Amino acid sequence: MLALIPLFPLIGFLINGGWYAFGQAPAGRKKASAGVTGTIASLAILASFALSVSLFLKLHGMGDERVIEQTVMSWMQIENFKIDIAFRLDSLSALFILLITGVGSLIHIYSIGYMGHDETPGKFFAYLNLFCFAMLVLVLGSSLPMLFFGWEGVGLCSYLLIGYWYTDEEKASAGKKAFIVNRVGDLGFLLAMFFVVTYFGTLDFAALKAVVAQNGATVGVGVITTICLLFFVGCMGKSAQIPLYVWLPDAMAGPTPVSALIHAATMVTSGVYLVSRLNFMYSMAPTAMNVVAIVGAFTALFAATIAIAQRDIKKVLAYSTVSQLGYMFLACGVGAYTAGVFHVITHGFFKALMFLGAGSVIHGMHEEQDIMKMGGLRKDMPITFLVFGAGWLAICGIPPFSGFFSKDEILWMAFSSSHGSTALWFLGAVTAVMTAFYMTRLFSLTFFGKSRNHDVHAHESPLVMTIPLMVLALLSIFGGFMGVPHRSWIEHWLEPVIPGHAAAAAGAHGAPAVDASMEYILMGVSVAGAVLGIVFALGLYKNLARAEKLKQTFAPIHKLLENKWYVDELYEMVFIKPIRMLCNFLWKKFDVAVIDRVVLSFGHLSSWTGQTVRMVQTGSLQVYAVVLVIGLLASVGYLIYGLA
Amino acid sequence: MGWLNSHLLTAVIFLPFFWGLIGLLIPTSGKGGVGTLKIWTFLGGLITFVISCLLYTRFNALGDEFQLKEAATWIPALGVSYQLGMDGISLWLVILTTFLTPLVILGSFDAVKERVREYYFLLLVLETGMLGAFLALDVFLFYVFWEAMLIPMYFLIGIWGGKDRVYAAMKFFLYTVVGSLLMLVAIFYLAYQHKVQFGSFSTAIVDLYRLKIAGGDSYTSPQMWLFMAFALAFAIKVPLFPFHTWLPDAHVQAPTAGSVILAGVLLKLGGYGFIRFAFPLFPDAVMKIQHPFLVLGTIAIVYGAWVATVQPDIKKLVAYSSVSHMGYVMLGLFSLNTVGAMGSIYQMLNHGISTGALFLLVGVIYERRHTREISEFGGISKVMPLFAVAFLIITLSSVALPGTNGFVGEFLILLGAWKANPGLTAISATGVIFGAVYMLWMFQRVMFGPVKKEENKKLKDLNFREVAVLTPLVVASIVMGIVPNFFFSKMEPSVQKFLARAKATSPMETAVASVSTLQKGDR
Repeated sequence: MLALIPLFPLIGFLINGGWYAFGQAPAGRKKASAGVTGTIASLAILASFALSVSLFLKLHGMGDERVIEQTVMSWMQIENFKIDIAFRLDSLSALFILLITGVGSLIHIYSIGYMGHDETPGKFFAYLNLFCFAMLVLVLGSSLPMLFFGWEGVGLCSYLLIGYWYTDEEKASAGKKAFIVNRVGDLGFLLAMFFVVTYFGTLDFAALKAVVAQNGATVGVGVITTICLLFFVGCMGKSAQIPLYVWLPDAMAGPTPVSALIHAATMVTSGVYLVSRLNFMYSMAPTAMNVVAIVGAFTALFAATIAIAQRDIKKVLAYSTVSQLGYMFLACGVGAYTAGVFHVITHGFFKALMFLGAGSVIHGMHEEQDIMKMGGLRKDMPITFLVFGAGWLAICGIPPFSGFFSKDEILWMAFSSSHGSTALWFLGAVTAVMTAFYMTRLFSLTFFGKSRNHDVHAHESPLVMTIPLMVLALLSIFGGFMGVPHRSWIEHWLEPVIPGHAAAAAGAHGAPAVDASMEYILMGVSVAGAVLGIVFALGLYKNLARAEKLKQTFAPIHKLLENKWYVDELYEMVFIKPIRMLCNFLWKKFDVAVIDRVVLSFGHLSSWTGQTVRMVQTGSLQVYAVVLVIGLLASVGYLIYGLA
Repeated sequence: MGWLNSHLLTAVIFLPFFWGLIGLLIPTSGKGGVGTLKIWTFLGGLITFVISCLLYTRFNALGDEFQLKEAATWIPALGVSYQLGMDGISLWLVILTTFLTPLVILGSFDAVKERVREYYFLLLVLETGMLGAFLALDVFLFYVFWEAMLIPMYFLIGIWGGKDRVYAAMKFFLYTVVGSLLMLVAIFYLAYQHKVQFGSFSTAIVDLYRLKIAGGDSYTSPQMWLFMAFALAFAIKVPLFPFHTWLPDAHVQAPTAGSVILAGVLLKLGGYGFIRFAFPLFPDAVMKIQHPFLVLGTIAIVYGAWVATVQPDIKKLVAYSSVSHMGYVMLGLFSLNTVGAMGSIYQMLNHGISTGALFLLVGVIYERRHTREISEFGGISKVMPLFAVAFLIITLSSVALPGTNGFVGEFLILLGAWKANPGLTAISATGVIFGAVYMLWMFQRVMFGPVKKEENKKLKDLNFREVAVLTPLVVASIVMGIVPNFFFSKMEPSVQKFLARAKATSPMETAVASVSTLQKGDR
């Protein structure tokens, strides 16, 4: 049963992919419509969703040891080293498959409308299904290699979908960049797996957990820290953390539904899944946790600063995703894995909503993505305006929208956990204010005021697009109630996989009594901060001339932010150019000029030595044979009589 | 049928040769003659493949080390015999050979228009040479096949190759021949040692495996010298850095079929030579030299990938990628554990499939455009969508994406090597990044972007024949990524036996003792 969940989208991929490759792509064949191909793909993922729900309910009724397993077959087996193609559903993966198949289904359906005018919808839906397959394998895989299978698989789909409109050089480059940067992370993942095999002898999660509990102390904190850090390098790639976040903003080259599904709601949260999955190891390595928390917090802040100065609606959302992912790692790093996963889910709702909303805007504005050229859309696109508003309030952290609960939980844990600190809380809180500011800027420039683009008559999107938006809006509004402080369903649900939320709280600084009041004080502070950010931005962008003036005052800073701190240029200068120069040098000045020359000079040496060899080089094989025999006899003679 | 049953290996080896001889009789001057010849040759390759599949069913993984053995005396005075046999390692390399050969024959149908008769004959002769080398259980017989193989390949490059074909053919030929001369000397020395220790000359490897040759922990022991003599020949063939410079020239100049066979099978003979001869015969030397060779493997992986990145010619790029991929093979072999060695052998099969396919794909666009310069292409996905699918899957196999064969090989190799030397493995593993860099960059420049060149706008997509050539390779690279156990199950016992020999190092005392008995015997 369990294996069917990833299998359905795989079948969808094979149908659409095979049909496209052999029936539609060859010259002269008619392309199938988005309606037909999209329905096939949507049915495939909907089937997965239905099954996921039923298995979730089954799991729900199972009591404390909630696990469903299925081994399909053995993948690799050599001596006692064994990897199975096997799946395991527990409370953590259950949440993820619901998110993936649920949000995934909505995005598939939405895409039927959005990709309506595309030239090759068959290919698009095939890739989208393939992505869901890989993503489901990632979260359901019962061992690290299975997770890695999905991990690289989603990377491939990301590559294919970013470069979906490959005739555009820039988009193709963005895909390649994503793949290669992810590969840098994957190197860390691979090495971490080798460490795990060496020290714990198993790659299966359940077995690993048992072995680590038993031998972890003997193996030592140093090794476990190394393993955790190496896995985190993988997360930096996949989940776009400093310093490997650079691919994600470029990934917006892909179709907008792809940005929503892959580059916001699901794939980029894989790193959070991995860290939560391995929480039993991270919890033994405080140094690694600190690194995770600090990198997360700085990424959150850093990406938020860039988001402030972007004009492309998708770029703003992309940097906001990087920033929100930073929050999730901040949570994991302070031991609040549950809060991290909670934020994955709420973020999945509201960010998918906002990306799809942005898609609706772009669709309605005839491919316009510059928010400076929008404005006043609340009248032309009322549904999009309303649902986007829900997402906006959610990400700003206004109660009772979903983002409020998860973000507040993270901030509180960053402050109160034994691994947390006031400084981490402060970084998070500042980011929250900035988030409220830049999201309000985006919202205001897009929907409020008057239209700044009179060439385009914006229109509301069709129902096939707006219905998924409405569903996501409802989820963004009410989704947070699964994690109400002190009555958190999600915390209780995840208990079998992520134990000891209580333990982490017990280590919090200060007495419990102080905690309770402190918690509400901080909650008030962060809400006030968010409101402040919103009000400031609303006021500022009401009058664009004044905003422009402010921009002029801070021109150098604005330029720095607009150009993303010049990180891409820095990488180009420090890594890409030198490596390319080195490669050229090695080829021309070493391979050809040194190694090959030495080889050839052996040849020239012999031709200089005598006529015989010169004749060999003209191709006379007989002469060569004579030389061979003479040399042979001499050598054999030497070996037999000489060595003795 | 009785004879065939007991001489199955001989049949597999020589069937292509005799088939080719008959093919020479087919008149090619008349109408349809060339077509008949092509079909005839293709059928020959196909039948050989079918028979080699019989070998799979006959081979019992849990049985003797070598199976389907055949033996006949040949040159008794020198102890040289005609001995054949197969284990779980040669089984798969034989099947790789017979799998690729009909595909390259089919792939050559349109490309080769001159001296058609000789061309197809040489392809079949080449197959006989390769199969013989994989199945020989006599080291001298192996040497004969090893050298015999060179001749058809020499002509294939020299006659049907590109602009600098003669230079490339000569370089390939001389480099390999000169490199194997010392091996021949070592073979004779071994035969002589057999006489000293057991009273008669012999070059049969089961006999030679019993030899006691002074080894121990030394860089100057007789074992080390002999190992080096073998290793030089094999390292050139692999090719291991820094003996690789013949490869880019040979690949670029060779016709498509030559490149496919060269990369797909000939290079594997280098790796196979280490497995069959160099490792089991000289275990002390292997143990001593393990880490230097791991270093060379690591250099090959990274260096090959780096140099591949900046190649302007697709074939050259693939050639350097071979250096990198074969570096993995060496890394896995010299890690001297089952996981590493299995990965290594698997990687040889993978490389045969994926690099073979890459050369065929390059051949497809070369036939249409008569250039291999990356900058001459761009946007090909748009005009050749089926080609794009095949190229993409093979590219992914080459960058070792999980789900393809490449991942299984690389993962096991790195895992095995990690046990032997974690530091070097960590460096080698950067190959996963650089592998993606050169492949995807090339893929982008050839396949993506707008179609800029006028000539590229009307390129025809794959025809039926080309689909038939590429499909088996594409399917194989995915199947091998999903069910590697199918291959491992026949392979593993043989690999363990091979490793048991390779690790049967003599303790210091016996080494010293054998030195003294050797010296007595010599006098």
